[in-house]
Amino acid sequence: MDRRTVFGGWLLPVLLVLPQLLLTGFFFYWPAGEAVWSSMTSQDAFGEGVRFVGWDNFAELLADPLYLESAVRTVVFCGAVSILAMGLALALAVFADREVRGRHAYRTLLIWPYAVAPAMSAVLLLFVLDPRVGLLGRWLNRMGLDWDYHLNGNQALLMVVMASAWKQVSYNFIFFLAGLQSIPRAVTEAARMDGAKGWHRFRTITVPLLAPTTFFLLVVNLVYAAFDTFGTINALTHGGPGKDTETLVLKVFRDGVVNQDIGSSSAQSVILMLGVIALTAVQFRFLGRRTET
Amino acid sequence: MNRKPDYLTHAVLALGVVLFALPVWLVLAGSTQESEAITRGDLSLIPHLSGLPRYWQVLTEGTRGAEPVWHMLAISSAMALCIALGKITISILSAYAVVFFRFPLRKLAFWSIFVTLMLPVEVRIIPTYSVMAQFGLINTFTGLWVPLIASATATLLFRQVFVAIPDELVEAARMDGAGPLRFLRDIVIPVSGANIAALFVILFVYGWNQYLWPLLVATDPSLDTIVIGLVKMIGIDSDTDWAAVMATAVMALLPPVAVVVLMQRWFVAGLTEGEK
Repeated sequence: MDRRTVFGGWLLPVLLVLPQLLLTGFFFYWPAGEAVWSSMTSQDAFGEGVRFVGWDNFAELLADPLYLESAVRTVVFCGAVSILAMGLALALAVFADREVRGRHAYRTLLIWPYAVAPAMSAVLLLFVLDPRVGLLGRWLNRMGLDWDYHLNGNQALLMVVMASAWKQVSYNFIFFLAGLQSIPRAVTEAARMDGAKGWHRFRTITVPLLAPTTFFLLVVNLVYAAFDTFGTINALTHGGPGKDTETLVLKVFRDGVVNQDIGSSSAQSVILMLGVIALTAVQFRFLGRRTET
Repeated sequence: MNRKPDYLTHAVLALGVVLFALPVWLVLAGSTQESEAITRGDLSLIPHLSGLPRYWQVLTEGTRGAEPVWHMLAISSAMALCIALGKITISILSAYAVVFFRFPLRKLAFWSIFVTLMLPVEVRIIPTYSVMAQFGLINTFTGLWVPLIASATATLLFRQVFVAIPDELVEAARMDGAGPLRFLRDIVIPVSGANIAALFVILFVYGWNQYLWPLLVATDPSLDTIVIGLVKMIGIDSDTDWAAVMATAVMALLPPVAVVVLMQRWFVAGLTEGEK
């Protein structure tokens, strides 16, 4: 949609849009271009020499069992975080939408964790679940359960899933609550008068009307779990024990920054970029009318 | 309507509140106790008032191997403010240009900003680092915030807001002889106040919570943000001064949580209207 009335002249608008364009160019397009270029090169072990190798880096990655393992792990991790964070948030939102005393206080107390950094949520949950200093972690061990996410890979994965989901519940809660509040009272009242009971009403009225919100949140949560949790995982387990909690982003970081394998790391970046672009495209395809004005 | 309190609702909501509050309470209580007790697992759930001076000590001196907390808080605050205000400023300017003017390549300019919506920092870590090195921005404060202020999301949001400004208002302004910059300052920015406030909250939190970016471009400890510093503190293998870590964590949480809670009304409205 365009405006009818506009101002004349072209120099001023060009100057106004320039800072954004320059920053976008320098810090988005240039690095993205360089990633694509580096992904098709290989550095010699010792020299300065850079060879063009075409698709070799990609072929190597797709044939590398470690990379595929990390990809599968990332998918499982993202799915678990999204389901946990969205499920909890939906349950809380349904109850927060009811007319109870103190509901505004409840809302504030459920929204504040939005402000917690992903890396901070790791630190906070450490004090609950660490086997040595954590309150619950110590209790689990006293109860005879062998809980130590520093040593046990499955427990480590569970731990990073919980820490990542914990932080994201608030964000989902805000959106689910807004979605629930936008359902006209008349619709739920009509269902109530038709004799639809709580659960039935929820399933037949609320769930379909929340579908767009749910889908939007699913994409946001998947992207969050795939990328923003770098801080959480790095602070809690560094991707370990072994590589048991190493998601694709941690692998890009380890291969590129720590091991200086620029070619492979760039190829991994390019694959991740394609993944994000695909997710965003899916979102716009299905939610186009909501996001575009 | 039934008068009986809805016990189930209170129970579920209270459980949710505890789920979020428990870790913070633990950290708050622990920050006032002795590190030896925490290491032994004797953490009491009741804060000891006698431990409050620890906050002053951590704030001014810091702990072993870390910058003083006041310094890390200053870096984080400056970074979060620069990112929030920088993003808002350049996004308002670019959205204003795209909405209120017709200039060559306008559509291309808009689309080339729009497309970057799909590229989070995390996917272009390495190449961005090499670009940063060419600009000499590694280990500088500028490097911490300037590359993060380009924003497709904010530009899109302001575009939506500006498109909704009635044509009559623009015509009236032109009739009064107001130029485009005066119109921006006197009309457009004031009517977007609520959106700017909401975006400020979202971006302040975004800036404060950065982790991967500072980890990558600022290895100099004097540029450590509070989040980076805190993760470094828990990374020490033995002899961690847990009470100091907990006091630092409390201070790291306070500013962004305060911003969200105090500006909750604008923030929630802005978030759900603009979608992200």
